[in-house]
Amino acid sequence: MTNTSSNAPSIRIRDLYVDYGARHILKGVNLDIPSGKITVIMGGSGAGKSTLLRCILGLKKPVSGSICMLGKDVVTASLKEIYALRKEMGVAFQGGALFSSMSVAENIQLPLHEHTSLDQHTIEIMTRIKLDMVNMLDAEKLMPSELSGGMTKRAALARAIIMDPKLLFFDEPSAGLDPSTAAELDDLILKLKGGLRMTIVVVTHEMESIFKIADYIAVMSEGELIAAGTPEEIRASTHEVVQDYLNRKPREGIVDADEHLRALTEGSD
Amino acid sequence: MSKLNIQLVTGLFVVIGIACFTYAAVTVGGASFTARPGYTLHARFTSISGLRVGGVVEAAGVRIGTVSGIEFDPDSYEAIVSLRINEGIPIQEDAIAAIRTQGIIGEKYVKITPGGFEELLGDGSEIFETESAISLEDLVSRYIFSSEG
Amino acid sequence: MQNFLERIGERTLGILEETGRTTSLLVVVLFHMLQPPYRLYPIVRQIYFIGARSLTLILFSGLTIGMVLGLQFYNILERFGAVDLLGSGVALSVIRELGPVMTALMVVGRAGSSITAELGIMRITEQVDALECMAISPDKYLVAPKVVAGLISVPLLTSIFDFVAMFGGYFVGVVMFGVAEGSYMNGMIDAVQWEDVRLGLVKSIIFGGLVTLICCAKGFYMHLSKAGSQGAEGVSHVTTDAVVLSSISVLFSDFLIGALMQ
Ligand SMILES: Nc1ncnc2c1ncn2[C@@H]1O[C@H](COP(=O)(O)OP(=O)(O)OP(=O)(O)O)[C@@H](O)[C@H]1O
Ligand SMILES: [Mg+2]
Repeated sequence: MTNTSSNAPSIRIRDLYVDYGARHILKGVNLDIPSGKITVIMGGSGAGKSTLLRCILGLKKPVSGSICMLGKDVVTASLKEIYALRKEMGVAFQGGALFSSMSVAENIQLPLHEHTSLDQHTIEIMTRIKLDMVNMLDAEKLMPSELSGGMTKRAALARAIIMDPKLLFFDEPSAGLDPSTAAELDDLILKLKGGLRMTIVVVTHEMESIFKIADYIAVMSEGELIAAGTPEEIRASTHEVVQDYLNRKPREGIVDADEHLRALTEGSD
Repeated sequence: MSKLNIQLVTGLFVVIGIACFTYAAVTVGGASFTARPGYTLHARFTSISGLRVGGVVEAAGVRIGTVSGIEFDPDSYEAIVSLRINEGIPIQEDAIAAIRTQGIIGEKYVKITPGGFEELLGDGSEIFETESAISLEDLVSRYIFSSEG
Repeated sequence: MQNFLERIGERTLGILEETGRTTSLLVVVLFHMLQPPYRLYPIVRQIYFIGARSLTLILFSGLTIGMVLGLQFYNILERFGAVDLLGSGVALSVIRELGPVMTALMVVGRAGSSITAELGIMRITEQVDALECMAISPDKYLVAPKVVAGLISVPLLTSIFDFVAMFGGYFVGVVMFGVAEGSYMNGMIDAVQWEDVRLGLVKSIIFGGLVTLICCAKGFYMHLSKAGSQGAEGVSHVTTDAVVLSSISVLFSDFLIGALMQ
């Protein structure tokens, strides 16, 4: 166990620039993700949240910048080092990314089969514990194609936490869930932080759940980090875009629906 | 399909595949992984034109062995052919080995004509009486030269 | 004109890049094959998929090709009164050429296309990324078993194809046209040498590796393919590419191996 004090950041991102082809997606992101806490990354659709996550996971090489995690720079680390880091991570992707050729249970068991030498009986018990955590016990035998959107998300979460990782990344957990399941997931995330002392990074839009779970909030807009701080600091922020998010105000310029429609139709010829 | 069934079907497939390969290799292709019991004789020919390793050795029209090797002797300018004769087939010291042509495409084979001696040839010994391949050009030129002279 | 030359240059660079990627994938796969942990079951599963599931297709096409060969050879040889050579003709052409090539093409169509589509879909639905994030190397977990299974399955399928095709020729020649059974069988046995069988074997092993490797690489690297062909359309695009490219590679390398090994 490394002896990091509780307020040292567990991930430190500096001057991160990322391109997709000729498009600049991230334009100089600086962010410290505190360890043992829940950090929420919020921001408009297409702001670059998933892209930021992919960089942290070492799936996308940034143009420049550094991402330090557990004492390693992900950007310059060798493949071997990245794989070692990944054993400490759990990731639930936006689309679930469950393996379509395996049942839910097999999906969840895969990391155990590959990285541990536990016997099948123990593996099955662990699977059931994690499935119970996400309230999916009865879906054990189903194939991913037979799951609803929300069930897919929960199965993905169960797979992400099966190895009890130090770091958990969760892209849009509550999108597509009914309010009570979403609330259960929030409780689960809080429980994971409390019980297993995980550092958790959640990308989400849900205002309610943000303020329920977040210890730290980062707000992104168009590839830049426009605000970061504790929930209180964010609430008190005077940044326009942040306030628009908090008050659920439509983007500027969309004043009147009729007028907007007219502008669109006129623009087409 | 359960794991067990997949393994069963796959196993069956592999066995069938290997059986078919063995048939092609051993029965049709004549590969012998354990040397077929038999003995080897050598014979010198002035021309073997077209005989191949693996070719047939026959006597009285019956296959009794295969051509197991062909070498060239630079001193005498002759071809040394190794014949693998099946076990239990006796070949006399004065037997004749001749290269003959089979069918219309002209597949060459070695024909053994038995001799009258009592002594039999053992492993590694040589058949001295040989008849080389008869080529049409040879016959024609011989005819032309003899009629001129 | 400038534009045209530029396009040719671009295409050439693209092809070179892809060849390099595919080759390095081969190296990585070979490297992974030698690294523990060794897992047999994923390979068995792929042999089941590539080999066992192609069996009916191979049986049917082998039989048909054999019967067609029997018919054609019989018609030609009969004119010369050389129907004794029927067995040799059928067996030689099947073992040296048609068996390996036809089998490889069948595998491309049946298993190759679905390998590409499967890997392509796994790529676009982030399943490959998910594997990476679990610290499971997708090369080793997804690609290596398929290539190994290709190297094993295609030679086995080819042997089965050869056997069935020779039987097809036998059926047409001996049963239908009354060629003497002995002359068919002896013709076959006398004409075919171990060298012919070995040529067929070498071809089928190379085809098996080539086809699975190309199909894997096309799907696995589909995110690197031409921009603008992503998503479902991208998958269908790379699948078509994979089928075309691996078929051409089979035919071309058939010629090369034939020329090199005589
Ligand atoms: N594979 C890709 N190729 C090209 N552009 C991409 C790719 N992935 C993402 N982008 C672009 O990067 C930008 C940021 O995408 P990203 O997925 O990070 O957004 P996001 O903040 O996660 O949005 P959302 O909330 O909708 O998930 C978008 O403009 C998108 O068009
Ligand atoms: Mg996203």
